[in-house]
Amino acid sequence: MTVKSTARARKKAAPSVPDNLQAGSAAPELVQLLTPEGDRVEHPDFPLTTTPEELRALYRDLVLVRRFDAEATSLQRQGELGLWASLLGQEAAQVGSGRAMRPGDYAFPTYREHGVAWCRDVDPLNLLGMFRGVNHGGWDPNEKNFHLYTIVIGSQTLHATGYAMGITKDGADDAVIAYFGDGASSQGDVNEAFTFASVYNSPVVFFCQNNQWAISEPTTVQTRIPLYRRAAGFGFPGVRVDGNDVLACLAVTRWALDHARTGQGPVLIEAFTYRMGAHTTSDDPTRYRLNEETEAWKAKDPILRLKAHLEKEGLADEAFFAEVEAESEKLGLRVREGVRSMPDPDPTLIFDHVYSEPHTLVDEERAEYLDYAASFEGGEHH
Amino acid sequence: MTAQLSIAKALNEALRKSLENDPKTVLMGEDIGKLGGVFRITDGLQKDFGDDRVIDTPLAESGIMGTAIGLALRGYRPVVEIQFDGFVYPAFDQIVTQLAKMHARALGHVKMPITVRIPYGGGIGAVEHHSESHEAYFAHTAGLRVVSPSNAHDAHWMLRQSIESDDPVIFLEPKRRYWDKGEVGDDPLIPLHSARVVRQGTDATLIAYGPMVKVCQEAAAAAEQDGRRLEVVDLRSLSPVDFATVEESLKRTGRGIVVHEAPVFLGMGAELAARLTEKCFYHLEAPILRVGGYFAPYPPSRVEETFLPDLDRVLDAVDRAMAF
Repeated sequence: MTVKSTARARKKAAPSVPDNLQAGSAAPELVQLLTPEGDRVEHPDFPLTTTPEELRALYRDLVLVRRFDAEATSLQRQGELGLWASLLGQEAAQVGSGRAMRPGDYAFPTYREHGVAWCRDVDPLNLLGMFRGVNHGGWDPNEKNFHLYTIVIGSQTLHATGYAMGITKDGADDAVIAYFGDGASSQGDVNEAFTFASVYNSPVVFFCQNNQWAISEPTTVQTRIPLYRRAAGFGFPGVRVDGNDVLACLAVTRWALDHARTGQGPVLIEAFTYRMGAHTTSDDPTRYRLNEETEAWKAKDPILRLKAHLEKEGLADEAFFAEVEAESEKLGLRVREGVRSMPDPDPTLIFDHVYSEPHTLVDEERAEYLDYAASFEGGEHH
Repeated sequence: MTAQLSIAKALNEALRKSLENDPKTVLMGEDIGKLGGVFRITDGLQKDFGDDRVIDTPLAESGIMGTAIGLALRGYRPVVEIQFDGFVYPAFDQIVTQLAKMHARALGHVKMPITVRIPYGGGIGAVEHHSESHEAYFAHTAGLRVVSPSNAHDAHWMLRQSIESDDPVIFLEPKRRYWDKGEVGDDPLIPLHSARVVRQGTDATLIAYGPMVKVCQEAAAAAEQDGRRLEVVDLRSLSPVDFATVEESLKRTGRGIVVHEAPVFLGMGAELAARLTEKCFYHLEAPILRVGGYFAPYPPSRVEETFLPDLDRVLDAVDRAMAF
């Protein structure tokens, strides 16, 4: 037997996984409260009552978040941003979970949680600073209990867990959400966060947006079992929710946060969704995934299904939809103008905030730079 | 409180004082509870302060570091123990990528008052990964402060100063000196990042920190027999470096030798030699020389004495410097 055929034989002999447990399969454990057709269904474990106002508010969130995201993508194409990581398709997962949080709760995002930022009332322009290159984030995380975007995959899940450990020490009833993706589930840090949160029974909800793709790698490269099942091995509950269903995401996250804040420990939520766009504006998904797949997910669009529901149930009229549309135009304009007029920082920003207390080397290099800059005619060097 | 204490006990007392003085101070690490740490630096602290403040953690260094960052974001002041130098690398990503940069990327909105204690260096006959000197990695990283005491007094006070700092501090403990005793005074005497002339001389300046300060002091005592008067500067802080103190010494002696356990190539000595040459060029009688480990993985303990700078290698460098 040649080496090649041995390898093939080995691959064949690997234990098979039942179809309904395949990482890429949504059936059958998916919690859903709103079908893709816009019909309300009940789930015994996750009851949810909503007023028409709440439903309309969620719709507004979804539309505005998508509009902001589209505007940012355009701004990147126009050269105003260096890069953009679109959340297209993941609006419901983010708005549903974001709106489940209480003011005292804390979110630790990746770099794609624009919808969560929206729910935490973070100024959208703050998010664009780092993508334009004028800062690395720079907002005060404690102002809205929304941590800085974290780019290294999975690192923030440990920060979230540590923060949650602090909540326990304080005797507070706040809870934390750690956002991450299907790719991050392979990281050591995420698995260490699961361990720490579990053994310390920390009030943290691990919210995994399984958008099926880690840049070009499908979820099957990360896992042989559905991701939510990972939780069982760490000793806490795992739930898979329809990530394109804002109501299900809201209900499940609200339950999980309450579970955490009442001393029952962490929860893993796998929001089963789809990254409709590219990984970032630098990516080209046509090289690795089929158009048919993306088309199939279009039918599950999170905004269309809520709109269908509002219309079917007569919970919103044309005037409402027109009003949201007008508001989204206004938001687009504000973002566009805000980004274009965003000033470049003074170069001495390089030396600011490296330390919170004086550091002689940084101070010396700042002085050297200023002398150097002053040596140019006119006293300024750019 | 002037007392004769071992470095280990001086550190233990510093942790105790820090826990007493600030309810937000928490200790985290592997085996630091009932066992008191593998070097007993946290001996008795969990008993007295509870397992809520002296926390035995899972065996995951990145997890320890990452959760310490989260605790700091919640307003705590974590002091992390990494069990051995060679075990810090799983936490290296969190230290370099997150801890060091957090204050800058938040434009000063969040502080990272975290102290990372690492027993470092060789000379104890240990197995692999238990004898490393990786200070240059940390000192090379903007956003971190890096210090290393050489004696009991400094061990005590520098640890307390590090814990009080609002910036992250990598606190490197010279593990082979843990049992050396010395007087611990009731005042730190100098700021955390100041160097100290620990022996005065006129012919050359030995520049060292941590475990090599003692070697340099012994070398200076031996040289005196030959009529050579060597000055010894204990650097104490590796980021920032107190260049003013070293510069002042070097301008008097005209000759400088940097001594550390870490490999010479791109070690602290490289930066010190380059910068001091710039600052003291017209005062130097010889190039600044470096004595350190070889460019090789830390060797098996039966040959570690060959790898580590000792009195003879330091004096050999002094001879070479004097010959210029």
